[in-house]
Amino acid sequence: MSTPSPQGTAGLGRDDVAHLARLARLALTDEELDSFAGQLSAVLDAVAEVGKADVADVPPMTHAVPLTNVTRPDVVTPSLPRDVVLSQAPAAEDDRFRVPQILGEEE
Amino acid sequence: MSDTLVEYHELLTRYEPVVGLETHVELGTASKMFCGCATTFGAEPNTQTCPVCLGLPGSLPVVNAEAIAATIRIGLALGCRIASWCRFARKNYFYPDIPKGFQTSQYDEPLCTAGHLDVEVDGETYRVEIERVHLEEDTGKNLHVGGSTGRIHGASHSLVDFNRAGIPLVEIVTRPIPGAGARAPEVARAYVAELRDIVQSLGASDVRMEQGSLRCDVNTSLAPIGSLEWGTRTETKNVNSLRSVERAVRYEMRRQAAVLDAGSRVRQETRHFHEDTGSTSPGRSKEEATDYRYFPEPDLVPVAPDEEWVAALAAALPELPAARRARLQQEWGLSGTEMTWLVNAGALGLVEATVAAGAGPADARKWWLGELARRANDAGVELTALAVTPAQVAELGRLVADGTVNDKLARQVLDGVLAGEGDPAQVVRARGLAVMGESDELVAAVEEALAGNPDVVAKVQAGKVAALGALVGAVMRTTRGKADAATVKRMLEERVAGS
Repeated sequence: MSTPSPQGTAGLGRDDVAHLARLARLALTDEELDSFAGQLSAVLDAVAEVGKADVADVPPMTHAVPLTNVTRPDVVTPSLPRDVVLSQAPAAEDDRFRVPQILGEEE
Repeated sequence: MSDTLVEYHELLTRYEPVVGLETHVELGTASKMFCGCATTFGAEPNTQTCPVCLGLPGSLPVVNAEAIAATIRIGLALGCRIASWCRFARKNYFYPDIPKGFQTSQYDEPLCTAGHLDVEVDGETYRVEIERVHLEEDTGKNLHVGGSTGRIHGASHSLVDFNRAGIPLVEIVTRPIPGAGARAPEVARAYVAELRDIVQSLGASDVRMEQGSLRCDVNTSLAPIGSLEWGTRTETKNVNSLRSVERAVRYEMRRQAAVLDAGSRVRQETRHFHEDTGSTSPGRSKEEATDYRYFPEPDLVPVAPDEEWVAALAAALPELPAARRARLQQEWGLSGTEMTWLVNAGALGLVEATVAAGAGPADARKWWLGELARRANDAGVELTALAVTPAQVAELGRLVADGTVNDKLARQVLDGVLAGEGDPAQVVRARGLAVMGESDELVAAVEEALAGNPDVVAKVQAGKVAALGALVGAVMRTTRGKADAATVKRMLEERVAGS
């Protein structure tokens, strides 16, 4: 997608940002695309610094918390009252969340 | 726009199909996957939600232990390898039915991998390889308003019910199934049917396709016979009955053959199946398919099923459908074809329960595949939906065997049972349906038949024994079918001979 940056990390091109913006349903102007591409590349480059560490002898970490199998029993607990739930919604109708027209895809 | 289709038998002379299936099973746990909300089907909208399944900020998911166990049991029943360690992942996309902006799913570390399921079609066994079985959560339900017939196209807005959001969902993915040829649609259907029966036998889900607790996506591709490469596949969604699975594959094969015949290429795309017409139509194409940006779910710790626990789950698996069928076939002394009829009629469990209630296997089979199948067919319902229990069928069989009722009366008893008048013995009493003994009433009916038909009596006496049938018929009419025909015949013979 983009030319690797000198540090060996993949910088973020303008097209990548446009693609991500579309996935995130964000309408960005041309100026914003240019500006964010530069800023996001700088962020990625900063994070890529960790790539310099020698980790040949370090086992991969899979989670920040060294735990497995944190579960709960299959027991029903009370749900929220519906009026409380729907009061958080921008719009509600017929006891449901009302959302704008869904375009483009059919589920 | 309607598609051009090639005749099914004709396309098979040139093309070979490959099918694959992705099946979603909603687990029957009492609570949701990551929170304690109830999972009751048909509850009032948005009454089974909480901060976790609504994706409210600051909420944290906790895995339902029973959902892990159920998924492993499904994996074990399919002969899968169970991961010793795996993680959940976020599948990121925006859609109104997914409140968090991502679905918690599994990506490159599914709980179960590399299994298989053998299915039988027309006496031939096909091995379906299972690629993976993983655990995820279901989405909410959209209701489209303002368009025609609840369709998304033309809708002005949509309404969302999150009761279903967060219910544990198991996805079972097959590897591509080549080599089924003309039987590809039936193999696909048989696979889903067998999978459904397995999940049901495990008690992991109620697997009701009409309620959406078992849902199917069907992949189909065609390649010229002898081709080394498989064709481009389409993924058909919204396939919500066993019959639809078969129809969807058949339709896609016919449609794709026409595309290939015309020298065009099949587009890799998602298509939607339409129950009413049996056709498919394009959904979103893969070119614009969402980039899901999977990454490990940081709010959940890894799942590492203990080896001993998995072994205990394996040891506790119930008898699976294939083994049960083989056992019952042997116990009941049926041929393979007879067994297939029984299974296809949806009568296996009913016959088994009827036999358990004391009926002979042949008798139980006769009732369910005969009279009861006819009634179900007339009413347009499944056998299991008839208002008669296996115990009642067994009792009816006993009443016939001990001569309390004859076959004709038994059908009237069944009328009463189906009408909710109680058990067979109660119906016999209430409707007065028992076969008449050699009672005064029956003697009177016999005498009346003889007196009223002197010409017939004369014929019988002249040696035309077959004429006796008319007299038997007359008695049966008088007694409204409640007499035992053999008894009537004997009584008539005695009197004709003695007169």
